[in-house]
Amino acid sequence: MELTIKVNGERWDIEAAPADVLLDVLREKIGVKSPKIGCERGDCGSCTILLDGKTVRSCLVLAVEVDGQEITTIEGIGFDKLSELQNLLLRNNAFQCGFCAPGIVLSATELLNDNPNPSRHDVQEALAGNLCRCTGYEPIIEAVLAARGDAE
Amino acid sequence: MIAKEFSYERPATLAEAARILAGHPGSARVLAGGTDLIAWLRDDAVAPDLVVDIKAIPDLRGLHLEDDTLHIGSLVTFSDLIHSEVVAARAPLLAEMAETVASTGIRNRATLVGNICSAVPSCDAAPVLLGYDTTVHLVGPEGTRSVDINDWFVGLRKTARTDDEIVSHLTIEVPTHGGVYVKLMRYAGEDLAQAAVGIVTYPGDEYRVAFGAVAPTPFRSAPIEEALRGKPLSDGLIAEVVAMVKDEISPITDIRATAAYRTRMTEVMLKRGLPAARDRLNGEGPAYGTRLI
Repeated sequence: MELTIKVNGERWDIEAAPADVLLDVLREKIGVKSPKIGCERGDCGSCTILLDGKTVRSCLVLAVEVDGQEITTIEGIGFDKLSELQNLLLRNNAFQCGFCAPGIVLSATELLNDNPNPSRHDVQEALAGNLCRCTGYEPIIEAVLAARGDAE
Repeated sequence: MIAKEFSYERPATLAEAARILAGHPGSARVLAGGTDLIAWLRDDAVAPDLVVDIKAIPDLRGLHLEDDTLHIGSLVTFSDLIHSEVVAARAPLLAEMAETVASTGIRNRATLVGNICSAVPSCDAAPVLLGYDTTVHLVGPEGTRSVDINDWFVGLRKTARTDDEIVSHLTIEVPTHGGVYVKLMRYAGEDLAQAAVGIVTYPGDEYRVAFGAVAPTPFRSAPIEEALRGKPLSDGLIAEVVAMVKDEISPITDIRATAAYRTRMTEVMLKRGLPAARDRLNGEGPAYGTRLI
């Protein structure tokens, strides 16, 4: 099927079969590699993308479902210049291996867009679906809290 | 990756969706949020020839109140429930339940109606919807029909819906009430319920008590509701119904919890849930969203 999607502001006309999962299409056809292949069942959060501004698990979305919609990945957030949130995560050594980082940045970006002054509980809740096995969450949560009110 | 190919349709009206489904008896699946269906497709647990995506049908997006009746369309997501003013004002229990479902990234996609159509034993929506007078409205080749939520869950992952029907919406009666949803999980953010208790109470000491993840289907306990009916809650009465739990539920032991642990925790959840539901009916008690375990 012919699809038109916007990925990080760029229009893509692509051909996809109904059974093609969005995560695979983003990585293999469009070449956006930041959404990671993790658990592939919606648990780990590493494939998180923003779909029309809302986080979704791209491993649980068919490419044909998003025809005409707009996708933002981390490449669309910090390509030219890191966001304030990204700088704070960097300063906090919030990530080690970085596998979870794209998903966590997108989940925290959605939170800060919806609620510029979240509580610690709100941050924990927003990131609860993004697993990190390296740094133990605390430096991540601290960075998001420090980004309050500064989000773009 | 999904191994088996299928075709895909995205009808713009409910009538067209019903017509397409009727043309593929037994071989089509309805797609809304997809958080269950696409996981099942990946696992080869289902292998339809056709997937009918209902997200382009605007009629299914409604979430509104008419008198005491809450109308929830099939495309209303758990995130929609959490952010709805009408839910916060009239049925905050639905938001309390929605907040326990997986993570934001799932809740932005997964729908309340999809949850009861998947009908897994741990379905979060069920113990809450069973506490209300809830009606499931369907559209099929013969027209429309409605099913009482008490007749909806007919077996493991089986509902009263036939293959050629689509759920258009739910109606939920929300007169003055109080309620709790208590969910046992290993950690927030991911987990399915290991056990769940939903309680809705109405003026006059009427209690509805439903359980999830501790039997093949979510269900209400008539004996517990009968024992509670018309009597003010007391420590003695709570102890009496908590003692009935082990005979009412039939949990299994699996990778996520043992039957004994599920039983013991269900008792604790009922014990804590009952006074919290009563206090909320009276405008007191823990705020909605407070976890009781």
